[in-house]
Amino acid sequence: MDLLAFGKTGWGDELFFATLMTIAVSITAMIIGFCFALIFTPLKLSKNKLLNFIGNSYTTIIRGVPELLVIYLLFFGGSGAVMYVASIFGYNKYIEINAFLTGSFAIGIISGAYSTEVFRGAIQSIDKGQFEASKVLGLKKPVHFFKVIMPQMLRLAVPNLSNVWQITLKDTSLISVTGLVEIMRQSYIAAGSTRDPLFFYSFAAVLYLLLTFLSMKLINKLETKYRRGY
Amino acid sequence: MDLDLMASSFPKLLNATLVTLKLLSLSLIFGLVLGLLFAILRLNKNIFLNKFSYFYSYIFRGTPLLVQIFIIYFGLGQIEFLRSSFLWIILKEPYWCAIIAFSLNTGAYTSEILRSAFETINKGFLEAGDSLGISKKIIFYKIQIPIAIRQSLPAYGNEIILMLKGTSLASTVTLMDLTGVAKYIISTTFKPIEVFIVAGGIYLFMTFIIHNFIRYLEKKYSY
Repeated sequence: MDLLAFGKTGWGDELFFATLMTIAVSITAMIIGFCFALIFTPLKLSKNKLLNFIGNSYTTIIRGVPELLVIYLLFFGGSGAVMYVASIFGYNKYIEINAFLTGSFAIGIISGAYSTEVFRGAIQSIDKGQFEASKVLGLKKPVHFFKVIMPQMLRLAVPNLSNVWQITLKDTSLISVTGLVEIMRQSYIAAGSTRDPLFFYSFAAVLYLLLTFLSMKLINKLETKYRRGY
Repeated sequence: MDLDLMASSFPKLLNATLVTLKLLSLSLIFGLVLGLLFAILRLNKNIFLNKFSYFYSYIFRGTPLLVQIFIIYFGLGQIEFLRSSFLWIILKEPYWCAIIAFSLNTGAYTSEILRSAFETINKGFLEAGDSLGISKKIIFYKIQIPIAIRQSLPAYGNEIILMLKGTSLASTVTLMDLTGVAKYIISTTFKPIEVFIVAGGIYLFMTFIIHNFIRYLEKKYSY
């Protein structure tokens, strides 16, 4: 237990902050993923062939290529891309991108592909009558989307989104390869300096189990809330 | 866009694909055996066996695959009696450590898929078998298992694709699989986009084949 003491002698506080980092990255990635899903879900449902193709390519590529490869692409290519865009606007100095942002963005793109599929499925399983009814009532498009479709979609999507959350949470362990100090990276550092990898990696596993367990409890509460009235 | 680099890295990446495919097929075979075993344990009425199977799948599904590989590759070497036993011949190789981790991981997911397939089998089939006087053993092998396999095909197809992506983690324990070689080329040439297109293309091609193969099986065995 000495190894887990807080302060200078143990790794307790380091691992605690690493856990907070994992949670922060997961939440940021999930939000970025939602933004991607909001863009790509309409594309996937669109009747326009080109838009449809763009939407389908996004989900197919991201769900068919290993997460690690996507992370390497963004990690090695991210600052290059940003510098290229900046050079168009006349800024030519070296830009280093924050590891937190690159990591969250990479996981966000991945989680976005899964969220897109969930939203698409949810919208498609809403009763056709609802779309027709709001058309007949002459509701404006934003009202139709936010007041009629969105609440029903969320109710159908929440159980599947909890799966996406679990995947995202576990995927954050992969960005340890880029050097961001989250649970996995911190365990790697601790294991290296104490020569006790078995203990620290097992402890990391316990931390992840705890996170998945607690988030499941929280999501179950959300589900009962959204199931109300049915 | 550096087309020369793409052309020159293609054979190297294709070679590495063989490692990926080997890892994938071995872990799937071991994983399927483990999955079937734990699915059967899970349906057992014995509370101890039942809980054991439940915790196995809970732990392996609740933690990242990366942690599992690291525990097996870096962690198990610390245990003294493992180092001195014959198991060390296997456990000192990153290749086998990766396969053990992948098999245990996919075994956990497979056991859940098979369990739900077993549970959704129409009770009428079993009752029909019973009333025809067929023994429990034959009901299990000739009725339950074929139906369960058919039921679980779509979910198992997804699991194969997830596992294909999971094998990329072998590169974190020094194995040169498709992702490992891709990372090596990226870090020596600093051309991430070109390498990503080639390596990603190979992965997508494999996903495509697996997807269609499972579809074909589903059609063939639909009833």
